[in-house]
Amino acid sequence: MQNFRTIITFLLAVIAPLIIITVVLREANTDNSKLESLREEYSAILQPGVDHGKHEILQQEFTNPHLITAACLSCHTERGKEVLGNAHWKWEREAFIPGKGVTYLGKKSLINNFCTGIASNEGSCNRCHIGYGWKDKSFDFTNEFNIDCLVCHDNTGTYEKAKGGAGYPVMGPDGPDFKNILANVGKPSRTNCGYCHFHGGGGNNVKHGDLEMALLTADRTIDVHMGVDGMNMQCVACHPAENHQMLGRYYGVSSSNTQRATCEQCHTAVPHTSSKLNEHTVKVACQTCHIPVYAKVNATKMSWDWSTATRRKEGLPYQELDSLGNELFTSIKGDFTWQRMVEPEYVWHNGTADHHLCMEKIDLNDLPLKINTLFGEYRDRNSKIYPTKVHRGTQPYDTENLTIIQPKLWDAEPGKGALWIDLDWEESLKRGMEYAELPYSGKHDFIPTEMFLPVNHMVSLASESLQCKDCHTRYDGRLKNLTDFYMPGRDYNAGIETFGQLLIILSLLGVIMHGSVRFITHKRKEDKVK
Amino acid sequence: MENTKRAYVYKGFERFWHWTQSFLIMFLALTGFEIHSSYTLFGFDSAVDLHNKAAWAFIVLIIFAIFWHITTGEWKQYLPTTKNLRAQLEYYITGIFRNAPHPTKKTVLSKLNPLQRLVYLGLKILIIPVMVVSGLLFMFYRYPQSGMIKSSNIESLEIIALLHTLGAFLLIAFLVVHLYLITTGHTVTSNLKAMITGWEELEDEAEAEVKEELV
Repeated sequence: MQNFRTIITFLLAVIAPLIIITVVLREANTDNSKLESLREEYSAILQPGVDHGKHEILQQEFTNPHLITAACLSCHTERGKEVLGNAHWKWEREAFIPGKGVTYLGKKSLINNFCTGIASNEGSCNRCHIGYGWKDKSFDFTNEFNIDCLVCHDNTGTYEKAKGGAGYPVMGPDGPDFKNILANVGKPSRTNCGYCHFHGGGGNNVKHGDLEMALLTADRTIDVHMGVDGMNMQCVACHPAENHQMLGRYYGVSSSNTQRATCEQCHTAVPHTSSKLNEHTVKVACQTCHIPVYAKVNATKMSWDWSTATRRKEGLPYQELDSLGNELFTSIKGDFTWQRMVEPEYVWHNGTADHHLCMEKIDLNDLPLKINTLFGEYRDRNSKIYPTKVHRGTQPYDTENLTIIQPKLWDAEPGKGALWIDLDWEESLKRGMEYAELPYSGKHDFIPTEMFLPVNHMVSLASESLQCKDCHTRYDGRLKNLTDFYMPGRDYNAGIETFGQLLIILSLLGVIMHGSVRFITHKRKEDKVK
Repeated sequence: MENTKRAYVYKGFERFWHWTQSFLIMFLALTGFEIHSSYTLFGFDSAVDLHNKAAWAFIVLIIFAIFWHITTGEWKQYLPTTKNLRAQLEYYITGIFRNAPHPTKKTVLSKLNPLQRLVYLGLKILIIPVMVVSGLLFMFYRYPQSGMIKSSNIESLEIIALLHTLGAFLLIAFLVVHLYLITTGHTVTSNLKAMITGWEELEDEAEAEVKEELV
């Protein structure tokens, strides 16, 4: 009885607190109503308050696209000024870069790892500019009648700019049905944004890998937000605009960490029900776990070797395609590689970046040359791990001046030094640098280059996000290249590991030997006694 | 055995504490080395979860054990002594093979031989505290990194993690030797039985000494 009571007392005194503590520490289910309210908010369909089809000014036969803009601005009197100040118009932004000071960088002035840059190629590249007629340096950025309202606001999906037209649409009988388009203007849809952003680098999904035509029709497994069988969200849901200033900017062209569109703006910084996962958000960006692969539908261009451009077969330009129709080689552009379902490469990134400029010297001991550098490291409190597409290429450089060369690629007619027409590197490089007003020694070669493109779209279903073991594993984990910190499950100290294992082995050997000797000596003694 | 008397050596709480602690240490090692990627058993996320829960249970147990040791005066059992230390070592190295008697007499008031005193004291004031402190830092180090507690900014997990790993190896080695030494009592099973029931056959002579001391 006494014993029994003692046992009960101990059970109450020791086990009860253990149970209480465990229950208290059990992760409480945090309220996930935020997600519900988001679902409600984004499922509401807004009805436009205006029927543009009833406006008389829009009923005329337009023969000049500038007149369309004038018609728009006659009612939306202040919108033109707003657009003149935004990045879609200016293609440059003010930024402060350590070591460079205040800079004005953007598509207008930067080189990239794909078509190299727009200088001297405006007629072709600027098909994606939201203006009409940016064909050379003379373009007037202060004239609001140069704005192309339709490329963003056409909701029929039929508006098109002409190839090589520097932003102009085809006018006349072959052009789009402007009456219908003007009757159906509205908020930008995925089709509008995708018209340019899905085709960066010269084709569908070439540049970004996570932005492509498939997003117009894809289901939730491709993009959980934009899936047509789910929330079916439009780009502007996450990239809203206030006075035509869009939220979100791209690390490939912008340097300072402001005005970013983030996951947190809807999901908060601690969106998980598990606190262990929420802790990860201090050091790991949402995208890292939630975008395990990109280029889920169509392949994206992973490398571009410019050095083989101009090669001909039997004196004639040619091209090679893979079985899916992706270009593996064209005489005008060189060699490519493509990949689908790509695992991103991971980097520390604090939101700021640097960009290599045409006049900057190349360090030949530090190759591949980084066309853009994403800043960040483990010790930087603002840095998180981000997934990136790393695009690798080779680009022409000046072997005397040690600078990257901006070639002239495109022109409307032959004989003007455009590589894509004349297939002559020397002439193309000379003309490109002439146009950019930069020195060129006349001697060129090619160097390997890299461009880092953080992956932000094609967010997977939660059930398909990365699991602990994808990173917390000893060999070949997703983060195997980020070695500036200790990660449980991956890292160890070889000395401690060897010492520990030896210690355990010696202990085992010790007790086995000691036990054996004991067993034998006792056996002998027993035998003697007998 | 002749000239022996049954004595109540290990009290209820002591036995509960000992067995719970042994279970928790083995479970922590099992889950801990999985987190260390030494093998796959529960799955990484479950291993982390179980390891953390067992760690909290262990901490609660330690608090109770400290309380018990202080209030009962049992902490004195761990006071280190050099008396018979050499003899005890010699016993394990040679005497035990000749069936020589234990050099230290076990009594209720002095349950541990000088070697045990040293090793267990080391566990209590060095290894366990290192494991608990490094374990807690392991769990919480991200919070200062996020800028909430500026005064305790820990830049890297590395030293914490390496100390924790080193301690874990030492504990396993201890466990191996400890398990073997169970068999070195009066009989092969007498120590184990004592830790289960609390009762052990102690030499009568020793009991007499104890009585003298108690008087």
